[in-house]
Amino acid sequence: MKKVYVKEEVCVGCRLCEVYCITSHSKYKDVLKAYKLETQRPTPRIVIEENKPVSFSLQCRHCDDAPCVKSCITGAMQKDPLTGVVTCDTDKCVGCWTCVLVCEFGAIIRDVNNKVASKCDLCAEAGEPACVKNCPNEALVYSEGGISV
Amino acid sequence: MRIVIIGNSVAMVGAVEAIRKYDTSSEIVVISDETYHVYSRPLISYYLGNLVSEDKMIYREKDFYRKNKVETVFGIKAISIDERKKEVYLEKGDSISFDKLLIATGGKPIIPPVEGLNKKNVHTFIKMDDAKKLKEAAKPGSKAVIVGGGLIGFKAAEGLHHLGVDVTIVELADRILSTILDAEGASLVSQSLQNDGIKIITGTTVDKIIGDEYVKGVLLKNGQELEADNLIIAIGVVPNVDVVKNTSISINRGILVDNTMKTSVEDVYAAGDVAEGYDMLVESNRVVPIWPNAYMQGEIAGLNMIGINKSFKGIFPMNSIGYKNTNMITAGITNPQQEEFEIISKIDHNRKYYKKFVVKENRLVGFILINDIDRAGLFTGFIKNETDITPFKKYLLNDDFGFIYLPKKLRKAKMLDLEVV
Ligand SMILES: Cc1cc2nc3c(=O)[nH]c(=O)nc-3n(C[C@H](O)[C@H](O)[C@H](O)COP(=O)(O)OP(=O)(O)OC[C@H]3O[C@@H](n4cnc5c(N)ncnc54)[C@H](O)[C@@H]3O)c2cc1C
Ligand code: SF4
Ligand code: SF4
Repeated sequence: MKKVYVKEEVCVGCRLCEVYCITSHSKYKDVLKAYKLETQRPTPRIVIEENKPVSFSLQCRHCDDAPCVKSCITGAMQKDPLTGVVTCDTDKCVGCWTCVLVCEFGAIIRDVNNKVASKCDLCAEAGEPACVKNCPNEALVYSEGGISV
Repeated sequence: MRIVIIGNSVAMVGAVEAIRKYDTSSEIVVISDETYHVYSRPLISYYLGNLVSEDKMIYREKDFYRKNKVETVFGIKAISIDERKKEVYLEKGDSISFDKLLIATGGKPIIPPVEGLNKKNVHTFIKMDDAKKLKEAAKPGSKAVIVGGGLIGFKAAEGLHHLGVDVTIVELADRILSTILDAEGASLVSQSLQNDGIKIITGTTVDKIIGDEYVKGVLLKNGQELEADNLIIAIGVVPNVDVVKNTSISINRGILVDNTMKTSVEDVYAAGDVAEGYDMLVESNRVVPIWPNAYMQGEIAGLNMIGINKSFKGIFPMNSIGYKNTNMITAGITNPQQEEFEIISKIDHNRKYYKKFVVKENRLVGFILINDIDRAGLFTGFIKNETDITPFKKYLLNDDFGFIYLPKKLRKAKMLDLEVV
């Protein structure tokens, strides 16, 4: 399946991927409105690591063998059998953080305000991940089967 | 082929989902003494505390059995197995024959031999019906004593506290959650319970249950007497091996299984809290009674029952539990006493953060994270993958620890789905 991969050599650490991730999951889907009007901005679904000069962002790998899905105590975490996308049904999630315990990528972010797991859904609604689309340096690639380095 | 599964919980789901990925024709029969649609057992404390309603407790959709072509025999207990004739005998005299059998009967509560157990309002806490009965009996302002400060007692305390019950935990060890936390960790967590008015008495246990028809209190071994309207026995669970007694299936504490989840008898498998499988950290068989393990063992059993040979690398204990805003994630060996283990730890009393890593030679073998739990899975991954942590060991305690501290080659391999060379 297609996943988001990062070329850390060209990441400048601008954090725009995070901004657009939040926007893509906001009510207004608009950067300014998302940041100005929403009282409770969505939790980002992306992790940014930085230790100058190196930086990169990291999203859920939508693992074939997804341990988060197998371990979830409520059945909230699910893998779509057709698309392979792993998503969290926030109606079912109780914020037990068992998925945080087992995700080897540390790709699940705790939305502590709503006590639910927050993770990359590849912008299922929009069709293309917002982080990839808005990275000014093309450090993020949406591709099948990894990228060559 | 007919596959019979005893037990209607997560190990069953792991097995059924694995089987149906590859095999849509074999018959699957699930036997359970509980009558409920498959539910999330860990949620019974959430249900008790009114945090989750009963309809939200189902673990898989309502059409799970139909969609997966599973025949259900619910509300009936399996009482014995004839492994030679390949029959499971049910109470009331019926029997079901099998080609492959999966025993997924889970655990049952340990009941200490004390006087007065037959009084009303003495509870255990591992099933939906236990939670319903306790919820009915536990009135706001009433008093409850929980015997046992392990994971189940801890979650019961949280649920009861939410109901406005005055809770006291009595724990025989010198601290609560003694199987997963060390003294520092347990003291941090105890404080958050005590700040809410939950009382914790350690180093003793119940000697006698007081009352006539209903429980009125308990006398502890240390001589102390406590009032109680409800008493919850939560000193632990043991594998529920009743159904295999009088068979040739080997048992130690649990049913012994190999790394395909097969028992000592051909065509008979076991998974979940009833099974004693390989623990990769202690390098021997051990019962690891946690939800993720039950799913994964069930899955391996399911695959092998339909002839797909897949083996399990093993598991180790791991838990994520919390009390309101106090969260902890632990895994592996968390409190070793031997000198061969190196401990790397940091405590922050103001923020109530605690991090502890247990290292053996060049490998991480366990950790405790309290409150600062984000990205805990990175560490679980190092344990599971037996990663050589030497290059980044000195950064483990960093607040922003992440892949960035890994050698570039290892990091890229992980993040870009490349083979590690
Ligand atoms: C209150 C509580 C909280 C928990 N919280 C967590 C948590 O946060 N995280 C975690 O990882 N784990 C947690 N656990 C542990 C977790 O629930 C278990 O590891 C898991 O349920 C084991 O699943 P299983 O499929 O092996 O069997 P079980 O869930 O134990 O189910 C076994 C089923 O088999 C039935 N059965 C038994 N014998 C027979 C028979 N002879 N005939 C017919 N049916 C039979 C039983 O009635 C039961 O329905 C918790 C447990 C409890 C009690
Ligand atoms: S959240 Fe983690 S474990 Fe789950 S699919 Fe994504 S990367 Fe894999
Ligand atoms: S936090 Fe939510 S998604 Fe994660 S394991 Fe718990 S219930 Fe499942």
